[in-house]
Amino acid sequence: MEVLDNLILGAQVAFSWQNVLYCLVGVLLGTLIGVLPGIGPVPTIAMLLPITFNLDPTAALIMLAGIYYGAQYGGSTTAILVNLPGEASSVVTVLDGYQMARQGRAGPALAISAIGSFVAGCVATLIIATAAPPLAEVALKFGPAEYFSLMVLGLVAATVLAHGSLVKAIAMVVLGLLLGLVGTDVNSGVLRFTFGIPELADGVGFVIVAMGMFGVTEIVANLEQQGKREVFTGKLTHLFPTREDLKRSWAPILRGTGLGSCLGILPGGGAMLSSFASYTVEKKISKHPEQFGKGAIEGVAGPESANNAGAQTSFIPMLTLGIPGNAVMALMIGALMIQGIAPGPQVMTDKPQLFWGLIVSMWLGNAMLVVLNLPLIGMWIKLLRVPYRFLFPSILIFMNVGVFSLSNNPWDCLIMSAFGVFGYVCVKLECEPAPMILGFILGPLMEENLRRAMLLSRGDPTVFFNPMAKPISFSFLLAAVALLVIIALPNIRKKREEVFVEEP
Amino acid sequence: MMFVGFGLFFVAWSFAHYQMGSAVRMGPGYFPAMLGGLLILLGAIVLLQSLALDGPKVAAFHFKPLVLVTLSVLAYGYLMQPGGLAIATAAAVFIGALAGHEFKWKEVTVVALVLVIFSYLVFVKGLTLPFPMCPSFIENCPIR
Repeated sequence: MEVLDNLILGAQVAFSWQNVLYCLVGVLLGTLIGVLPGIGPVPTIAMLLPITFNLDPTAALIMLAGIYYGAQYGGSTTAILVNLPGEASSVVTVLDGYQMARQGRAGPALAISAIGSFVAGCVATLIIATAAPPLAEVALKFGPAEYFSLMVLGLVAATVLAHGSLVKAIAMVVLGLLLGLVGTDVNSGVLRFTFGIPELADGVGFVIVAMGMFGVTEIVANLEQQGKREVFTGKLTHLFPTREDLKRSWAPILRGTGLGSCLGILPGGGAMLSSFASYTVEKKISKHPEQFGKGAIEGVAGPESANNAGAQTSFIPMLTLGIPGNAVMALMIGALMIQGIAPGPQVMTDKPQLFWGLIVSMWLGNAMLVVLNLPLIGMWIKLLRVPYRFLFPSILIFMNVGVFSLSNNPWDCLIMSAFGVFGYVCVKLECEPAPMILGFILGPLMEENLRRAMLLSRGDPTVFFNPMAKPISFSFLLAAVALLVIIALPNIRKKREEVFVEEP
Repeated sequence: MMFVGFGLFFVAWSFAHYQMGSAVRMGPGYFPAMLGGLLILLGAIVLLQSLALDGPKVAAFHFKPLVLVTLSVLAYGYLMQPGGLAIATAAAVFIGALAGHEFKWKEVTVVALVLVIFSYLVFVKGLTLPFPMCPSFIENCPIR
């Protein structure tokens, strides 16, 4: 039982008191910020990234993972109580969750979402533990050509699953790739796109871009919305779901978990797709589909489990291949790099403590979520009642502190605000910022692998798509092309649009 | 409104074009040039699409919060060295708060005060970040 040994090693790391503490702090902070309406996991993580810089890599990642599912759970809380999705993946939770809250059943809705998330978290952790080692072993055999093709596939998949125009999404990826190239060229030492500005020699800081594109943009976008929030004001009387609730929820929880675990592994998948898919499935197979949208507990249990499972399993490609499947994982990779760890399959063999510690801490973090959040729900409700005009200056200051502390240079603030403006323009032009962040992270990696592959093949471009010599690379590229073609077909495009429409 | 939308598209994408054009000259870069070419192509498609199809209007821009929030971030960054943490934080809060729907001096002052104290305790004392507390013209800062 190699898996068991590994898990024991992980447990030793994860249950050391510092790491338990960091996990706890991460989960708490993540929930705290994730609860704020309109702030999903990506801006939350971007905002809190600088806090983890001083920690050792394992602790930093454990804390970030904690922040991630904390934020995810916080988003669900907001969705149920305020009728406002904190992030894309809790859009479907709003549908039935808020209805349940209006019927005075906010307690059971929140509890079921916590329980579902916990079950999903446990299962997904096991899946990661069993699936990751063989995958990483395969990945170790990859050469630069395979890597390059894999990244192409990952980026294509990410754009396919972004909503809005496909062309714009791809354009954003390419733009991100280009921005990622700013700075000193690794191979020749030539400064590129720096316009003679010394601060740009190291490239544009990843955290800064993420905070600008997500944090600043988010604040501005929230400020322009005048509308008043309708906060659930009733008292939470009974927190625990009835036996009837449990009976109705266990199957959706399991189905959601399964669905989420599969979809999470796919590049571009993750939490959002999983929750949408789960809601659709539950509605289809339910005996009383008419209750959906009117407070059906299945509509909370399924998607909530699915988005948590998806969130967890999306760690798999990140940890084993070093390739982020979505924006959150791009942030995680950024964090790894800042800690001086090159992401990729070697992480598992070189740093087993980090790898397995992180995995076990995921389970721990999910357990903490249940234990902590059920009693703390009252506090989150109070927080939701704090007017936004108090909140946003505080968020702004925290982001400033974070960015400024990177290098004590006002330049970083300038860049952040520039990306804030750019992000705002993108939102207005309906260009998703998430694909750009993916491109930004992968830009230098892709270039390096491309160059290496070309060097090895002496400039022969067929290394990537020669089915005889490089079958793996070939099939990655084939899959990428197939995905593009499928999406471009009008029929499927309609379906895809349907999936992303809020009202099913 | 529609024209504004097109104009913005054009500006946004041609800006991208410019970057690519220079990429060939600047880079020891096969890769940037390649990507640049791809971006030109994609930009052209988007542009043509937006010209050909009567797409939905581009949502209205709200410049006030955008400008103020940006200014607030800049104020923080550029006031830190000469002004110190307290002044930078307060300035950022006040400028940022102007972007909100309601602006009440008393409330904002309280928020600013709380944040200055919080920043001092958590970031300077707790995480020992090297932020200056006082304006730089005071030589021996009493608060450390």
